[in-house]
Amino acid sequence: MEETLTLVIATLAATLRVATPLVLCAMGGLFSEKSGIIDVGLEGKMLMAAFFAAATASLTGSAWAGVGAAILAAEVLALLHGFACITHRGNQVVSGIAINILAMGLTVVLGAAWFGRGGQTPPLAGTERLNPIFFPVAGDNILVYVALLSVPFAWWVIDRTRFGLRLRAVGEVPLAVDAAGISVSWLRYRAVLLCGLFAGLAGAYLSIAQNAGFSRDMTAGQGFIALAAIIFGRWRPVPAFGACLAFGLLDATAIRLQGVKLPGIGEVPVQLIQALPYLLTLFLLAGFIGRTVAPKAAGVPYEKEH
Amino acid sequence: MQELTADAAIELRGIDKSFGSVHAVRGASLRVERGSITGIVGENGAGKSTLMSILYGLYRADAGEILIEGRPVEMASPRDAIGHGIGMVHQHFMLVDSFTVLENLILGAEGGALLAGGLAAARTELARLAGEYGLAVDPDARVADLSVGEQQRVEILKVLLRGARILILDEPSAVLTPQETDRLLQILRLLRDRGVTVVLITHKLREILAVTDKVIVMRRGEVVAERRTAETDAQDLAELMVGRTVRFDLDKAPAREGETMLAARHLSLVDGRGVRLLDDISLEVRAGEIVGIAGVSGNGQTELLQVLSGIRPPTGGEIEACGRRVDAAHPVDPAEMRDLGVAHVPEDRLRQGLVPAFLASETSILGYQDREPFCHNYLMDGPAVGRYCADLMERFDVRPRAPGLRSSNFSGGNQQKLILAREMARNPKVLLVGQPTRGVDIGAIEFIRRELIKSRDAGCAVLVVSVELEEILSLADRILVMFGGRIVGEVAAGEADERMLGLMMAGARAA
Ligand SMILES: Nc1ncnc2c1ncn2[C@@H]1O[C@H](COP(=O)(O)OP(=O)(O)OP(=O)(O)O)[C@@H](O)[C@H]1O
Ligand SMILES: [Mg+2]
Repeated sequence: MEETLTLVIATLAATLRVATPLVLCAMGGLFSEKSGIIDVGLEGKMLMAAFFAAATASLTGSAWAGVGAAILAAEVLALLHGFACITHRGNQVVSGIAINILAMGLTVVLGAAWFGRGGQTPPLAGTERLNPIFFPVAGDNILVYVALLSVPFAWWVIDRTRFGLRLRAVGEVPLAVDAAGISVSWLRYRAVLLCGLFAGLAGAYLSIAQNAGFSRDMTAGQGFIALAAIIFGRWRPVPAFGACLAFGLLDATAIRLQGVKLPGIGEVPVQLIQALPYLLTLFLLAGFIGRTVAPKAAGVPYEKEH
Repeated sequence: MQELTADAAIELRGIDKSFGSVHAVRGASLRVERGSITGIVGENGAGKSTLMSILYGLYRADAGEILIEGRPVEMASPRDAIGHGIGMVHQHFMLVDSFTVLENLILGAEGGALLAGGLAAARTELARLAGEYGLAVDPDARVADLSVGEQQRVEILKVLLRGARILILDEPSAVLTPQETDRLLQILRLLRDRGVTVVLITHKLREILAVTDKVIVMRRGEVVAERRTAETDAQDLAELMVGRTVRFDLDKAPAREGETMLAARHLSLVDGRGVRLLDDISLEVRAGEIVGIAGVSGNGQTELLQVLSGIRPPTGGEIEACGRRVDAAHPVDPAEMRDLGVAHVPEDRLRQGLVPAFLASETSILGYQDREPFCHNYLMDGPAVGRYCADLMERFDVRPRAPGLRSSNFSGGNQQKLILAREMARNPKVLLVGQPTRGVDIGAIEFIRRELIKSRDAGCAVLVVSVELEEILSLADRILVMFGGRIVGEVAAGEADERMLGLMMAGARAA
């Protein structure tokens, strides 16, 4: 009995740990997507942020400096995305992919040049990391709480504020926003910057909270999982949060089931469980979610003829 | 003179605007008196929408001056225009479909960083306006669920909520039913009586004569005339617009009917949610006659055209088109229909009639692109397409005559002429036409109707769907009335009048 309880609690704690970067990323991506800017570059932003967080923390000895550097790094990429897609009306998916590739390459090159450890940063300890606040075993560092708070925050901003109303409008009918005398570009830039902020926090979590340093490609597709969670949650914060938790739970069980032989089935193919989020997303996109729930203007640059 | 200027709510002086090589507005000057309704009329492409977009800050003028209440102002963006008390109801609505009415109303004027206060204030204000102007809409309804007439009411309310003193409406009645139009005109009169200045762009001279105090006529980018409404009439205005005599009567010869080219028997269409869109429709169109389908929009006409043209297969019943049988088990696609000689001019020209980003020359052969002389051995012949398009433009008077211009850059009426030209030039056996003259100017209406009658006389079987009763009455040899997905009556053209058709369209009477 006791044993089962411990197992359940441990799995839940693991779920939360795994889900935290997904939640942060999903909430950030939500702001961007709501404004009509598709963000495939979440992954790259998170990776870049993770690298700069670890690098800065290791050089300064301060985890907080690491968090600041992470946000800054993600914002630079966010601005780049905005410049390409908003100012120059470029293709949003192409720009996002370019950002991912840039981040993948740059983190390795800079890591090798600065630390010479094959792309890794030196291991972090003590104040170089964000440490658990209440329960050392659960790993409840500050960013876990920030992630939990980011959900009601996103909901409140999108649903209850002027900024949120305009954000939703600009993702649906940018022309209406323009005709109402509001700047489409400035609105979208703010959305993209908000997205950068959250992606930065997610990256910092990966390298200086969950892990003790940066290793190459450490995001391992989590930016894409976050995107899937947004779609899963039909572009709404609370359901997207639910999707992140579900994906986190899948991941946590996958780790637990590694190497376990179940009666009748044999060894559980962990890869299958890890592929589940993607499979589910494909499945949902194919049939269960009409295209109608996505912001209508998502992916379409706003062009005003003059 | 000074006196006069002070009285003008809007004064435009020498406004000039070119889009690339298209000179859309040429030194236009006009004055709109405060608290009046001023109409602007003019052919398609005359520059009416462009001029108003300049006034509203959507476009920048190349030259000229704008004065509001006698003071020169800079209109760099809609924000400036709104700041000067100008509101605009656009030809295409600027509403967010997924928002509620209230959310749409406060967008851009939320009254604070949090929504709650603004929403509550808008709700009270809405109730007041609803009482004062009879502009009732459900504040919590989603805009997507509203009828077109109601959506337009939301647009007007949006303008009023911002305290606009000047209201510009660009072809507001193009999408309205006759009843909705009457309500709109009433609302405009009320607004004027409360001191609002109204500018009304429309192609319908009846509306101009009914509500305006003054009419401004534009032609080819210039303001060519100005009349007190009391001192003019439809004939006079039409001639000023077109620059020649316009004949309203069509004096068509009686139809000489041949054999049946298109027949529908017990046709029905049920959509995925089980809603019956077409219910037991039977009709025949013979060579050499025009059959008109009257009805308030949304009563199945759109779906009927889709089924007859092969876009959607029927769920029950059958169609016989030029000898080919079509039913649920033997569907047909639009390309095959076209090959059979059934041409289709869709109601929704922007979505089904053309690809906005395509060149005019590409639009002019859309659907026929794999035929000689446009295409040899899988390769398109650009010059041949260009020549063909130039020829069509000449014959159907499409302006500007620019095969290389993007389709979306033509004014609405000229897009319509281009699509009609494409379908009619192939001498089809059956011609299906949805709303042939929606948004089209008087001169072009006359032209399009004559062309349709010419096709008929050449032996084509023509089916016209229109919400304009006057159009059905003047074109059709036989009239069918649709209501609730059914054909509720058939009348010979000679025996029909507007009142009787109107009653049938409302479902009040069967013939
Ligand atoms: N964005 C644009 N780019 C290029 N040409 C344009 C553009 N907008 C309008 N035009 C051209 O400017 C001219 C005036 O167009 P406008 O839309 O003002 O006409 P209109 O009087 O409103 O006609 P309609 O009655 O058909 O609405 C047309 O020849 C049109 O093709
Ligand atoms: Mg126009």
